Amino acid sequence: MVSKSTIALIACCLPLLLLGIDIATDNLGGNPIESLHIRLGDWSLRFLCLTLAITPIQAISKWRGMATYRQLFGLCSFAYASLHLLVYLLVDNSLNWRLIWIDLLESPYIWFGVLCFLLVTTLAITSPKYAKKKLGKYWKKIHRLIYPACVFALIHYFWQLKGNLIQPIFYTALIGLLMLFRVLAWLKRKRGLV
Amino acid sequence: MLIKSKPSISDHEITDPLIFSQRRQILKAFAATTLASAAGIGKVLAAETHDNHLTATPAEVVKNYTNYYEFSFNKQDSTKLAQALPIDPWSVEISGEVERPLRLNLEQLLKQQTIQEYVYRFRCVEAWSMVVPWQGFQLANLLKLAKPLSSARYVKFTTLFNPQAMPNQLTSSGLNWPYTEGLRIDEATHPLTILAVGMYGESLPKQNGAPLRLIVPWKYGFKSIKAIVKIELLKDQPATAWNQSAPNEYGFYANVNPAVAHPRWSQHSERVLGSSFFTARRETELFNGYGDQVADLYRDMDLRRFI
Repeated sequence: MVSKSTIALIACCLPLLLLGIDIATDNLGGNPIESLHIRLGDWSLRFLCLTLAITPIQAISKWRGMATYRQLFGLCSFAYASLHLLVYLLVDNSLNWRLIWIDLLESPYIWFGVLCFLLVTTLAITSPKYAKKKLGKYWKKIHRLIYPACVFALIHYFWQLKGNLIQPIFYTALIGLLMLFRVLAWLKRKRGLV
Repeated sequence: MLIKSKPSISDHEITDPLIFSQRRQILKAFAATTLASAAGIGKVLAAETHDNHLTATPAEVVKNYTNYYEFSFNKQDSTKLAQALPIDPWSVEISGEVERPLRLNLEQLLKQQTIQEYVYRFRCVEAWSMVVPWQGFQLANLLKLAKPLSSARYVKFTTLFNPQAMPNQLTSSGLNWPYTEGLRIDEATHPLTILAVGMYGESLPKQNGAPLRLIVPWKYGFKSIKAIVKIELLKDQPATAWNQSAPNEYGFYANVNPAVAHPRWSQHSERVLGSSFFTARRETELFNGYGDQVADLYRDMDLRRFI
């Protein structure tokens, strides 16, 4: 019997499999490296959105026990972000550190990508159960770093584009809704206390 | 100067308007005739292609990776949508500070000009680049026909406005429609500046700017305006589409310059399209590598200020 979480894990790897097929069949268009960047970056952001969606879904649907999926989606976001970074360093810049350093200095949009990656990495490192136990009450505070991570990811997306902002606007609206839910829930709690 | 501007094929050998509809073949013939009959040009082309080690980007890449915001923001969609653009008949107006304002249809225009091949690097402000063998003629040779006045200091180009075929022209999209571009008169009459009517020995594909587009190889690609219907000679610097939309990001000059970063990204290197994975990016050259021919145009200018 295959467990639900195994199925979920396989589902999370599907975008990577499809990307692999597109690489193998040379189906990534005229600028395949740019396509790789976009596909991996998009999936990292989508998993970030899914991670943020778990709490509202649990509250609205009364489903419980979705925390394991939240952890899985968060780790997937980190995994796709890592591949995104690896493609940049290895596939796009073939580890030419001088070029990478100049690019980093001169490209503000990359600064926000780096900031986002540092935050997501922190979340991934502090994700395991024993880390959660050890960090105690700080764990929740640390994991609120997902909010600035989302903001940095969106700036990273917006700032590299010339004209077409439809995609980042869509993700901003989605993340905005997920944040709005939290604000409303917080206001409700506050009023309840008063 | 590298490229000979004197027509080397007699007029009757050039375009017969009656067979204009077969211009695909004509263009192929142009390329062949030019190479075979004009030894001088043949040498020049050889120099262009071999001395600079320019290898043409696969045509399929160039045909399927185009920025054409009149149709779509997406580089693949614009290729599909552009096929609906009607380009026959087509005419170009040359007006403004000229002695002899002109309106030429494309047949007349092709009849007057000698089509040659120009293999140029093409560098986009988005930090990718390609090498394209264009078929075209020097813009200077066309402007001459209208006899520019000494008051003509700038040239403004305007793309077709046809919202039925170009759906994004109905939306604001951050750009003012129709798309406009401009050059200083000395840039416009520089021998490297051409109007292209073909590429890879065939007539220009619609998504690549058919039937007539500008190519200024030392400037970022957005200067090389597509589907031109109007060329105006002006006293003052014209407003241009991207410059109006974001003046601090896209300058009027827009000379390729690795030392001046775009405010949000580096221009130090470029992804050469058609190169395989793990191939290093190319280090961008000042004036896209054409500095020995164009640097003089800007000798008294601070290139950090005049972006």
